[in-house]
Amino acid sequence: MTLNFLKKSQKGTIVSINVDHVPLKLIEMGCLPGNIVEVLQIAPLLDPIYIKVNDSFLSIRKDLAKEIEVELI
Amino acid sequence: MKQLKVALIGNPNVGKTSVFNALTGLNQHVGNYPGVTVERKTGTTILNKDTKASIIDLPGVYSVNPNSKDEEIALKAIFDTSNKDFPDVVVVVAEVENLKRNLLLFTQVKDLGFPTILALNMADQMEKKGISIDVPALEKALDTKIVLISARKKEGIDDLKQAVLNYSNYNTNSVFDLKLIDENYFSLLGNLYPNENPYKVWLTQTGIFQFEKLSPLVSSSATVQKSASELKKLQQRETIKRYQFINDILKDTYKIDTSKATDIRMKFDRILTHKFWGYIIFFFVLLLIYGSIFELAAFPMDFVDGLFADLSTWTSANLPEGKLTELLADGIIPGLGGVLMFVPQIAILFFLISILEETGYMSRVVFLMDRIMKPFGLSGKSVVPLVSGTACAIPAIMSARNIENPKERLITMLVTPFTTCSARIPVYIIIISLIIPKTYILGFIPLQAFVMTMMYVLGFLAALLSGLVLSKIIKADRKSFFVIEMPTYKVPILKNVFLNMYEKVVSYVVGAGKIILALSVILWFLGSHGPIDTFGNAEEMVAEKHINERLTEERYNSEVAGYQLEHSYIGIIGRTIEPVFRPLGYDWKISIAVLTSFAAREVFVGNLATLYNLGGDDAEDETKIIDRMANEKRADGTPVYTFATGISLLLFYAFAMQCLSTVGVTKKETNSWKWTFVQLIFMTAVAYVAALIAYQLLK
Repeated sequence: MTLNFLKKSQKGTIVSINVDHVPLKLIEMGCLPGNIVEVLQIAPLLDPIYIKVNDSFLSIRKDLAKEIEVELI
Repeated sequence: MKQLKVALIGNPNVGKTSVFNALTGLNQHVGNYPGVTVERKTGTTILNKDTKASIIDLPGVYSVNPNSKDEEIALKAIFDTSNKDFPDVVVVVAEVENLKRNLLLFTQVKDLGFPTILALNMADQMEKKGISIDVPALEKALDTKIVLISARKKEGIDDLKQAVLNYSNYNTNSVFDLKLIDENYFSLLGNLYPNENPYKVWLTQTGIFQFEKLSPLVSSSATVQKSASELKKLQQRETIKRYQFINDILKDTYKIDTSKATDIRMKFDRILTHKFWGYIIFFFVLLLIYGSIFELAAFPMDFVDGLFADLSTWTSANLPEGKLTELLADGIIPGLGGVLMFVPQIAILFFLISILEETGYMSRVVFLMDRIMKPFGLSGKSVVPLVSGTACAIPAIMSARNIENPKERLITMLVTPFTTCSARIPVYIIIISLIIPKTYILGFIPLQAFVMTMMYVLGFLAALLSGLVLSKIIKADRKSFFVIEMPTYKVPILKNVFLNMYEKVVSYVVGAGKIILALSVILWFLGSHGPIDTFGNAEEMVAEKHINERLTEERYNSEVAGYQLEHSYIGIIGRTIEPVFRPLGYDWKISIAVLTSFAAREVFVGNLATLYNLGGDDAEDETKIIDRMANEKRADGTPVYTFATGISLLLFYAFAMQCLSTVGVTKKETNSWKWTFVQLIFMTAVAYVAALIAYQLLK
């Protein structure tokens, strides 16, 4: 499944990233295969989402989250 | 005195600006890179008795691969040996928390071959956050000089200066072996460019930078060409490998107990990003901002206003009579007053915004508002300029600077003047009192108040819809992604807040001030001068017209003022272009008032009073003005201010630019006359068309 389907306070391990659609910035902040990503909060209108990955706290939109394949823990 | 060049680089939210402020204090200057709007922040500091340093503060970045045009221009400047910003030494500012991510940038900078110093900020918080660092071991592993500092407590700044002085002692070898990414590819690159820095060669391959004199020794370069997608995969691999390298080092040198810090963050976030309380709190924050610039700023504004009025009176009374004194007393001094009037609002707004940014709250606002603002081509942060715009567009447009995405920033600046600023209020009050009856809707809602409220709604709607239109038209420099960091909550550092406020005020006065002053002097000249045979003989003409009457002195003076405005250059222009305004229902008097109020909307009412020969106290008295307007007739005897004309005027003032200070600020902030004119023409066109349609339908 992809990151946009994770519910609040669910965690997943990143399996792969669609590098053609994901900006290098997100990768450089630690959104990398093997790292654990946790959804901390979902904005009231369901977008964007607030995640923790590689000790970074980030907010990203769902259209980007769906380019990140995760495995639910 | 010897002068070193130092570049400060670091992730956002690590206190890099605090370090810059601690080093430079008031010796800092914010300009632009040649020919572009990108901010270039520099300052100087004294290192010891015979060496000083010029410091360039780069925008906060996560890596040397730029994410925006702004980052690209700033980074290119320091990487290019022929650029005047090329530094002798680079200081990478990092914070003790999340050191891993900070080191990614550090290893890249180090690999570019700069003498590099690693400044670890917030060292005073290590114990509180459960962090311990083996500094000597980390220095050895990274092959660098490490300085522990706390910009907040001003600790370690002298050590940092000392480290900068010793810059020539630092090793410029790279720390990370690129061959770990792809053995074959990077060996090949190494063979092709044996005398070049390998990391520079690689960055050139990714197409981001063009470094000078990078010609291959072997001519065949076909084998190193890779597709964009392959390059991106290599960049991803580079990131993975660099993190592995960093994690290996940190395993032995860095310990952290994360539970403490995360706890505080989650407690605040639970409330501030809450689906109900989050918006309630944000609403009150906006109310505070609006109240401060609307109410609080009124006192210093009145003071500035009064001061310059007195200065103008004093000048004309005490300097020898003549054209020069007139220019000074009636043109330049009121113009300067008009510029400085906005300083209190700008100072107060940036004081509050700096606090919101420093605490980390602004990122939560973006999180809450992004979904709502995105469809209109705006950022979550655009809410602050739009709401501030209901007090005044001048500080509001400046506050758009905090928006990172260039396209969203531009659109925010262009649409903000549509919001109902306080200068529109006097115009609205007069017109609404004239054409809207004092009745109640449903028996209890006053109709006049309802219309007034609708004018505010209309302003916001116009701003949002224009954003929607502009977002379809304006092309982005590059595709931009929404990835924002949610920083740790911090207590704001007052020094940063005040320096930011000071810098914004200075840049307004110096940058926008001169444009506003020039425009207001021109407008003053056109309004107070005219052809000699009519304007010059105003007194005789009035005396002749009333030859058989005995006018009181007050009545006589107001007749002269009215006659002069009518026959001034701007009056002549107004009468000439009356046919343009006729389809909107305006006669020549309204046309002149509209034209003169381009200086500022509130002038409209005063100039109408002058044209209707209301003098002395009558000109200040709203009810007298309204009475006079209600009795104004056209040539055919019908009243001028019908419902149709009134609505047409309301719409015109809702949408038209009609504010030369805004023109000045837009020019300063966009650094482009093109966008300034686009805004001016767009707003005027919308205003004209809306007023035209309304009048033609209602008349």
